[in-house]
Amino acid sequence: MEETTNRTEPTVQVQMCQIGKSFGGVNALKSVNFSINKGEIHALVGENGAGKSTLMKILSGVYIMDEGQIFIEGKEAHIHTPKAGIDHGISVIYQEFALVNDLTVAENIFIDNLNDGKAIINWNNLRAKAKKLLDELGFSQIDVKKPVSQLSVAYQQVIEICKALSRNSKILILDEPTAVLSSNEAEQLFELLGKLRNSGVAIVYISHRMEEIFRICDRITVLKDGENVATVNAKEIDEKTLVNMMIGRDIKSYFPTRNVNIGDVVFEVKNISRSDIVNDVSFQVRSGEVFGLTGLVGSGRTETVRAIFGEDKKDDGRIYFNGVEKRIRNPKAALKAGLALLPEDRKVQGVLLNLPILYNITLSCLKRFCRFGGVIKRKEERSYVKELSEKLQIKMGTMNDHASSLSGGNQQKVAISKLLAANCHVLILDEPTRGVDVGAKIEIYKIINSLAADGNAVVMISSEMPEVIGMCDRVAVMRGGKIMGELSKNEICEENLINFAMGVKN
Amino acid sequence: MNLKGFVVKYSAYLMLILLIIVATILSPVFLSLGNIFNVLRQQTPYALVALGVLLTILTGGIDLSPGAVLAVANVIIAVAMKDWNMATPGGVWVAMLMAIVVGIFFGALNGSLISYLKLAPFIATLATMTMARGCAYMITGGSPIRLPVDQAGSTAFINFGQSGDPIIGMPLAVWFVILVTLIFWFVMKYTSFGRMIIASGSNETAVRLAGINVKRYKMSAYVISGLMAALAGILLASRAAMGTPASGQSFEMDAIAGCVIGGASLSGGVGKVVNTIIGVLVIALIGNIMNLLSVAAYPQQVIQGAIIVLAVLMNKN
Repeated sequence: MEETTNRTEPTVQVQMCQIGKSFGGVNALKSVNFSINKGEIHALVGENGAGKSTLMKILSGVYIMDEGQIFIEGKEAHIHTPKAGIDHGISVIYQEFALVNDLTVAENIFIDNLNDGKAIINWNNLRAKAKKLLDELGFSQIDVKKPVSQLSVAYQQVIEICKALSRNSKILILDEPTAVLSSNEAEQLFELLGKLRNSGVAIVYISHRMEEIFRICDRITVLKDGENVATVNAKEIDEKTLVNMMIGRDIKSYFPTRNVNIGDVVFEVKNISRSDIVNDVSFQVRSGEVFGLTGLVGSGRTETVRAIFGEDKKDDGRIYFNGVEKRIRNPKAALKAGLALLPEDRKVQGVLLNLPILYNITLSCLKRFCRFGGVIKRKEERSYVKELSEKLQIKMGTMNDHASSLSGGNQQKVAISKLLAANCHVLILDEPTRGVDVGAKIEIYKIINSLAADGNAVVMISSEMPEVIGMCDRVAVMRGGKIMGELSKNEICEENLINFAMGVKN
Repeated sequence: MNLKGFVVKYSAYLMLILLIIVATILSPVFLSLGNIFNVLRQQTPYALVALGVLLTILTGGIDLSPGAVLAVANVIIAVAMKDWNMATPGGVWVAMLMAIVVGIFFGALNGSLISYLKLAPFIATLATMTMARGCAYMITGGSPIRLPVDQAGSTAFINFGQSGDPIIGMPLAVWFVILVTLIFWFVMKYTSFGRMIIASGSNETAVRLAGINVKRYKMSAYVISGLMAALAGILLASRAAMGTPASGQSFEMDAIAGCVIGGASLSGGVGKVVNTIIGVLVIALIGNIMNLLSVAAYPQQVIQGAIIVLAVLMNKN
């Protein structure tokens, strides 16, 4: 979708000047200048901790800046509360959405204005207005009476955008919007964003996905360590230079190489089925291999591994470790057999945010550090955790700090350490780099490579094509709960992956 | 650590010290050994119940039944000694064991309903509470039962609850609670059991996916809570020399308040043993001070409620 819009002169919608913000002595933003034009999609990139989220929270009123000024359409604006942000026409679409699950589409779209100024709610009017908005955006198939919890994630995102439009927002901030979308759904989003851009909406697009940034964005601003490194036109820069600006160091190759040493089959699943979500899935994994499991969102990958891991009850299927069948009835049995899972949703399932990093890492293997009676050998535990966290280069204050103090990438490393500490040789990683910035992503790739090099069998679920192509030795593509096909290393390419994922027969 | 952080972390201690100061100012006899021992002895059943309830709160649940379970244990021991010939020195131990078994039974009932049948803790323990209270009344036919005073076993039993140690005279019941508190403190801080209890309440899903049998830990928490309630019932029987079916009324509320003042979070994963005991003492002192001030009973409750809110707000930030 290449669009060249004819703009004689860009009109500035928002101008943020010399923004400074500190949190308890830590400088999150230093004299940042950032401006967004009407009718543009402006990418905001940078590592986690660079300040993107802080900058946008200041713009939307969640935080108050320490220094600086904000001008909206040339007039100074004081945005000190989220409501003030909304009143100034700024809407944020967060990664986790801010929808009320049990309420309907119409209610969610107009959540902050249900009464429309009157004494009671006029439901007919409300629904009609909601339908009109959806029709205008090209999503008339969404039923406004349905509770949003019943919608797919992609449609939920559309509702979030509608909510923003219902407020006549002129500025839309999207935080990692495609993290939860399949490529099909992402296409729909891009089309929608293009429409909005053409109608004059100023869009800030926060993302770590290079292909998207270069595809739909007009300008790119790079933040690093709280400073604005550069603002460039997307057409005038290439990916390598951009990544360099973000990290400030030269990455020789995006995906680290490793010495591939693949051994025998150590893990096999046969005929895994669970109602009609997982349909007769079978595959083998060898030691030293990174086996990819990919497909569109909703293809049943996560459901498959959860059934294998014992978290969900499977209707059928057998699991073999080194040729020996083992009954995996629950996660505890899985770990005992040597199978570990890195869950998809790190914040909810992978990491205990309100507990120390130390507790997180030894969670699965605490018995190793216990004396008789369950008394913990604290010194041994701490020294092990120190060693492991240094090996994985986890950036933290102390191991007693809560896991919530870590950035997304480091939280993920903590979750991976937990698996390593459990001494499991078959590792299932579900979207290991989701929501992780470029620098930490590369570190995680290196970790995955060393896991494989150590002889472990790694199953990696990923929705990111480049990641699948760059990291995997073999790939199985799923669709509708079935494996559509397997690709060996030299067969792994975008075309084959998409064909299988979308069910296009070859 | 800045001042605000200090206040939040030690709010329970600060409140206690403040209350002690106020009480001392109000009454010169407050700091006398006799009065201190009295207050402590009175709180012993509340402290035991609070420790048990703390465990259930740490796992992200709640226990409303301890007061009623206390009553069942309380009357069972009285009936055993009076009607079932267990007032002999040997029989007393059997009677106590029976009371403990009762406590564990109700605890296990709670644990099964909550852990395995996935009932909401509030509902499950509310039901158990009602059933247990009914049992207590059924066993006694409604009226209190005096412990026999003519047999060696039961008199020794009563002595325990009413006397102090030979050295400083601290009530034996208080020594007992100190011992139990120490055990709890050690287990929570230094053993894997303690850590898993906290982890289960912090994020049950993540802990389960890490291969831990969360159900077993939750069950343990409720069983221990039942056990504590039984121990509290035994202590009360010993001190009052009788079993009363109406005993323990609203003990769980005071226990929960004590936990919360001590900084426990009702959503689980946060809470400390020593702070909970401090919380129980804070509530006790509030009542004590109001008595010293001759505040009538009804206003006392209003003030107590207000102070609980204050304490919780101080705990937040």
